[in-house]
Amino acid sequence: MLSITPLTAHATQPSSGPTTPATSTATSPENPNTADPLNSPRWDELRRAWLGDAPAEFDSRVQVQAPAMAEDALNVPVRVDASRLRGQRVEEILILADFNPIVRALSYSPGSAEPVLGFRLKLQQSSPVRAAVRTADGRWHVGGTWVATTGGGCTLPSTGSASPEWQRQLNHTEVRAWPRVDGGQRLKLRIVHPMDTGLADGIPAFHLEEISLLGKEAPTGAALAVLRPYEPVAENPVFTLDLPAGVVASGVSGRDNNGNRLTAELRP
Amino acid sequence: MRAPSLPRPVLCRPRLAALLLAALLAPSLPAEADTVVPGAAHAFDYRLQPRRITDGVYVLIGRTEDFDTRNGGNIVNTGFLVGSSGVVVIDSGPSRRYGEQLRAAIAAVTPLPVVLTLNTHAHPDHFLGNQAFPAGTLAALPATRDAIAREGEDLSANLYRLAGDWMRGTEARPPGRSLAPGRLHAGGRELELIALDGHTGADLLVLDRASGTLFAGDLVFHDRAPTTPHADLDHWLAALERIATLDGVRQVVPGHGEVASGTGLQTPLRQTQAWLRWLQQRLDTSAAQGLETNEVLALPLAAEFATIAEAATEYRRSVLRLYPQTEHKALQQHGAR
Ligand SMILES: [Zn+2]
Repeated sequence: MLSITPLTAHATQPSSGPTTPATSTATSPENPNTADPLNSPRWDELRRAWLGDAPAEFDSRVQVQAPAMAEDALNVPVRVDASRLRGQRVEEILILADFNPIVRALSYSPGSAEPVLGFRLKLQQSSPVRAAVRTADGRWHVGGTWVATTGGGCTLPSTGSASPEWQRQLNHTEVRAWPRVDGGQRLKLRIVHPMDTGLADGIPAFHLEEISLLGKEAPTGAALAVLRPYEPVAENPVFTLDLPAGVVASGVSGRDNNGNRLTAELRP
Repeated sequence: MRAPSLPRPVLCRPRLAALLLAALLAPSLPAEADTVVPGAAHAFDYRLQPRRITDGVYVLIGRTEDFDTRNGGNIVNTGFLVGSSGVVVIDSGPSRRYGEQLRAAIAAVTPLPVVLTLNTHAHPDHFLGNQAFPAGTLAALPATRDAIAREGEDLSANLYRLAGDWMRGTEARPPGRSLAPGRLHAGGRELELIALDGHTGADLLVLDRASGTLFAGDLVFHDRAPTTPHADLDHWLAALERIATLDGVRQVVPGHGEVASGTGLQTPLRQTQAWLRWLQQRLDTSAAQGLETNEVLALPLAAEFATIAEAATEYRRSVLRLYPQTEHKALQQHGAR
């Protein structure tokens, strides 16, 4: 294993350098605010459609990082960090992109993992990218950032769907762990999958549906954390997850919407 | 599955070439209307002023900026060599208008005909002025010709979006003639053509023997951060090693940024080398540590690049484009099945 620099440093102390990605801002958590700091005309509609009647507020403790300008609309890196919601158990992190034809990008139930997630997103055009974080009390805490793009990542076939290569490689999963200075672990997993949106003519939606992070002790059925990707997650997805000290993962298992299964063990 | 409750956006994904071009040139902010040079944008006048840098050698130095509606794409260096019997043009600029204005600027210097128009590589700011020059004079390396023929239309279409009316009438015109590395006599000048790669798949350098002027294309940037939309960093660094060994070079015309000579002759080359090495190291170290892309973007630039134009922008673009591959390699090193 590599000995590495603190992985948490960037999450807790974003650099103020010239290349710092845009970070969400919202009002103080003591003064719940329901006015969208990103001023999107779609927000009220999105909130009703995806958060229902549960109380929802913009909360600066939910940090969403993504480049303010992303020329490659097919691969927009997004990082969500809700670890500042201390003392509140995070049940779900829901990623929404206001102006995508398919708004919901991903749902993450961190379970025993940290409420922190990195992945890449397809954007159809410039859009707010949101993380709505549901805590155990049923409230949604929402953070977000604007991503400008030259656009159009959702309505074209994946490169995979045009290539015979992915059929042999489909659901091939790579996973690696790095130790963190706080005693926990960082995990990355990459899965070969076209993640077709169904919006390109003649190509049906074909995407990963559920990926479970399995614990060392846990037999089947007891996942440490569960990812539910939807169509807007980028082709050949890479997910970055963090585990606290004492939580040990043994591998992942999952499936796509056509029932193809995936599995990978984490080598010690 | 479609999303029936939501409107289908009319915008479709541009083809790959257009995406790559956007990565090359898209401005990070829209141009401010009130900063337009009075009259310039209205007349679409690039105000090209050829600068004579030595006997028979002229350069037109573009701004070290991104492509936008203010500069109309005049962000690139072009040049020409006047020989005893004709003129050799090195890169034709970002638009038909630029090409036409370049041709007029040449005519103001010499009555001799343009006998050879070279495109150093297949980036649109270097070949979209081709229409202004006689078709029979257009020449490039074979891979550059192929790339312009394949992607040129996408590239010019995308520049319309970025620079608007400056681009009116511009169409990609692939050179009909292939160049091979080695000696070439044209217009009464003796040229050495050097074929390398790394900035793109085919990068041509032109050394004018008489004056020792090296037109380095985009393998060399000067006080402007290198762009990487088609880059292979290993190949690029190898190309720079090779350039450093060339004999008879007395001045260097980079693809972007000021001409270098004298004690500063090596500066553009060293700057480009330093940037690429630093970038590669940053990507490798970050991937080895397991960093996510946004964490890499948040890392500070090295202090030595504080005065390099567009450094923050090109860092972001390069990380976004190159980090996924580096990250994947690191994942495979310790990966499970
Ligand atoms: Zn170039």
